[in-house]
Amino acid sequence: MAREDYLGVGVIRNDAVEKVTGAARYAGDLKFPGMLFAKLLRSEYAHAHIVRIDTRKAQELPGVKAVVTGKDFPNRMGLYLKDRTPYAVDKVRYYGEPVAGVAAESLEIAEEALRLIEVEYEELPPVLDLREAIKPGACLVHPDLHTYEIGAAFFPIPNTNISNHFRIRKGDIEKGFAEADLIFEREYYVPHIQHSPIEPHAAIALYDRNDKLTIWASSQSPFAMRNILSHSLGFPMNKVRVIGPYVGGGFGGKAGLNVEATLVPLAMKCRNAPIKLVCTREEEFRDTFVRQGMLCRLKTGVKHDGRFTAQEFEMYWDAGAYTEYGVNVTRAAGYSSSGVYDIPNMKTDSYCVYTNKPVGGPLRGFGHSENHWAMEQHIDQIAHELGMDPVELRRINLQRDGSTNATGQVLRNPGIEQCLERTAELIGWQEVSGPGVIEPGVKKVRAKGIACMTKAPAMPNDAASSAIVKLNDDGTVYLSIGAQELGQGSFTVLAQILANELGVRYEDVRVQPIDTDFSAYEWQTVASRITYSCGRAVIAAAKDARRQVLGHGAKYFGVPVEDIDIAESKVFVKSDPKRSVHIGTLSLGVTLPDFSGYGGPVIGRGTFIPEGITAMNPETGQSEKPVANWTYGAQAVEIELDVETGKIRVLKVAAVYDAGRVINPVTAKTQVEGGVVQGISIGLLEEMKFSEQGKLLNPSYIDYKISTAADIPDELLVDFVEVPQEDGPYGARGIGEHVMVPTPPAIANALYHAAGIRVRTLPMTSEKVYWALKERASASLR
Amino acid sequence: MTHRIEMTVNGEPVRAEVSSQMRLLDFLREELDLTGAKEGCGKGECGACTVLVDGEPVNSCLMLAVEANGKEVLTVEGLGEGDRLDSIQQSIIDNSALQCGYCTPGIVMSAKGLLLRNPNPTRDEVVEAISGNLCRCTGYARVIDAIMQVSASSDSQEEGSER
Repeated sequence: MAREDYLGVGVIRNDAVEKVTGAARYAGDLKFPGMLFAKLLRSEYAHAHIVRIDTRKAQELPGVKAVVTGKDFPNRMGLYLKDRTPYAVDKVRYYGEPVAGVAAESLEIAEEALRLIEVEYEELPPVLDLREAIKPGACLVHPDLHTYEIGAAFFPIPNTNISNHFRIRKGDIEKGFAEADLIFEREYYVPHIQHSPIEPHAAIALYDRNDKLTIWASSQSPFAMRNILSHSLGFPMNKVRVIGPYVGGGFGGKAGLNVEATLVPLAMKCRNAPIKLVCTREEEFRDTFVRQGMLCRLKTGVKHDGRFTAQEFEMYWDAGAYTEYGVNVTRAAGYSSSGVYDIPNMKTDSYCVYTNKPVGGPLRGFGHSENHWAMEQHIDQIAHELGMDPVELRRINLQRDGSTNATGQVLRNPGIEQCLERTAELIGWQEVSGPGVIEPGVKKVRAKGIACMTKAPAMPNDAASSAIVKLNDDGTVYLSIGAQELGQGSFTVLAQILANELGVRYEDVRVQPIDTDFSAYEWQTVASRITYSCGRAVIAAAKDARRQVLGHGAKYFGVPVEDIDIAESKVFVKSDPKRSVHIGTLSLGVTLPDFSGYGGPVIGRGTFIPEGITAMNPETGQSEKPVANWTYGAQAVEIELDVETGKIRVLKVAAVYDAGRVINPVTAKTQVEGGVVQGISIGLLEEMKFSEQGKLLNPSYIDYKISTAADIPDELLVDFVEVPQEDGPYGARGIGEHVMVPTPPAIANALYHAAGIRVRTLPMTSEKVYWALKERASASLR
Repeated sequence: MTHRIEMTVNGEPVRAEVSSQMRLLDFLREELDLTGAKEGCGKGECGACTVLVDGEPVNSCLMLAVEANGKEVLTVEGLGEGDRLDSIQQSIIDNSALQCGYCTPGIVMSAKGLLLRNPNPTRDEVVEAISGNLCRCTGYARVIDAIMQVSASSDSQEEGSER
């Protein structure tokens, strides 16, 4: 019997009151007696040997409790590749890398102490140009790469700057191009960008008298953080505890282990004193994870009828100084490199390249925003050159039931066709073909563009979830999970799932804050995997608790267990519903008429691990089931182009995703709305700019703009397709990252329809568009 | 150097001795433990630290505590009465106009400031009032709707209420 009390219902978020009243606590709001404050001295060179560090004067400053450098903690750490230390050891690899850390009684003293630390550097030539970095004989960012510990799914090339080379070899690429009537080849580029959560990274670390390290952190990954710390410290897991208050926006930037690591050596020197570190906005821009840049070359073979015969895709990732997490971005972009199309012959090479730039890492979309920026413009351009409507060319090549993707996986009923058709309908798509032409004297033109996407959760095959359900004697229910609330609404949706399965009121479910000592395990809150994976664990835990309550009910009423049901927090006899009792009465067991006890406190447990995901062939990237699932979606935009200034305004957006099953239509919709605006922001505004020496030039909101309330579309239409995910909770699959992936290429395609120009490097700033318009105008005069 | 200051914070008189360089934001968060106002940038670029000073929205990271001497400061903690939420807080909830919540107190205070001086703003005026409050989660549309709804409902309330 499947209950549906809370499925498809837009309940009010369970974190809402705390958040509108300022009562919600974030890591930076926490305060402890005897707390110290940390500041970090950062490298002023992109690439240099550290010849000498003298910290004596800083150490002598009154109020300074500890000063540490790389030598104090030379252990390497990382999620997929152990290539990183909390502080630079002997060598700095990007402008901003921590060189020393200070813990002091006040921030002012810590800042003063930084000024007293003397560092002598010997500059090395910085590796800043991706094309130079991959040349034979290039200066190496990590000469010892071949000695680093790395996960089995990654393939570094020793004695180069390439820390991962992911390959797809599907079908016969030469035959595929030989069969093509036409071949199209283009280069595309995406720059480095920043997640820019409004809450900067914050953490407090305490190393206590029991040799236990406790970290309060603004983190998407308390358990992964515990894991990485435990391994790099050589500590048993039970000596590391991570506590996760609310996260003020993550977008991938707060995944894994990050700035928190710099506190560890300080905490170990200041036994029993909590030490707090809050990143400045400048540090948040440069010294947490960034989204790595990507340069790619995409070549497609096509028949006259529009059918794709072959695709060759080379991606070079400007992955920065450490690629412990970034290697997996390059892998994910590789295995998804067919996009939503069925391409029989494929060759993909995705290279993760070390450069002396900030550390690349996960950012909402995880490689898919980048490869779709190329793929979804490319197919549009091919359509125009074939004289075909871009939606029609997509229809011809879409993945359908029985199609294969880049990994050779045979797909079952992918929802992309429904998404594309519905998107076209919502935006009012009319057939177009060929470049837009601006008539003389016209100052503003409008046009539409469309793009598709697909993405799978990029995670280890065995990434697991669990949940514990505890029934209290007042009838409320505690849900213990390790999944974090980043704003996406996971606490709300998981509470809904629990209420639905157990038969209690949603308002009576309390989601417990995360503490790795007490919470149920979760791999990480990343990869749009929480509703899917943790949702399944919550269902299992709720069923377990429900079974116990039903048993208690049967005993209490003296009827067979089959005659007991639970709804709206009441346990009742089905054949005589007047006989009912509040669930709280049965929460701790049953007291029988003779005053003897029965049962005991209700505690449900549930786990989930996706099954049947197998490793991809290391040579070919082929696998029958390489990932847990694929979510498909499509977006269309209508833009207005100011011909005189090059400014693009997005007027209208239509976005349709195959969510499998929408559990909460409001949180699902708000994810799409926020993602689309982030997509517009990335499409039009965002780029990290570096000096020729590798210094980040725009680490502030003045120089790095993100969308404000004045930059949003007039109209945003959201819809969902529901093709059930076989192993998802009620058929649900994730959509959190997907929603910002197709926005930039949809805008780029609209720009071509408006003015016949393409800007193949993000962002599509007014300046770039203006010059492209000028160039096109002068070309048409010639 | 330190200064004696006196101000009203959320209706309560506050007296303190603060250093010359202490920001109003730090005074509220560290001295008074009012952590609703958040620091997002420390440069007046993100609006997460917005509070009202004599009814006007201010980036409290750009104001010194001594500058607030003799003034009335209202933070998000001072809104509503008892357990009753202010109408703008309720409207943000009703419109699902929040996600991670970090920018929310600042947005609430910017909206409050707007509605105090202009109870019936146009949509453009609402956009302008919160254009200094960055939000990375919501995409803003629901926030704007939430503020518009308060102004619309205050119209109908105004007639019968004594406020």
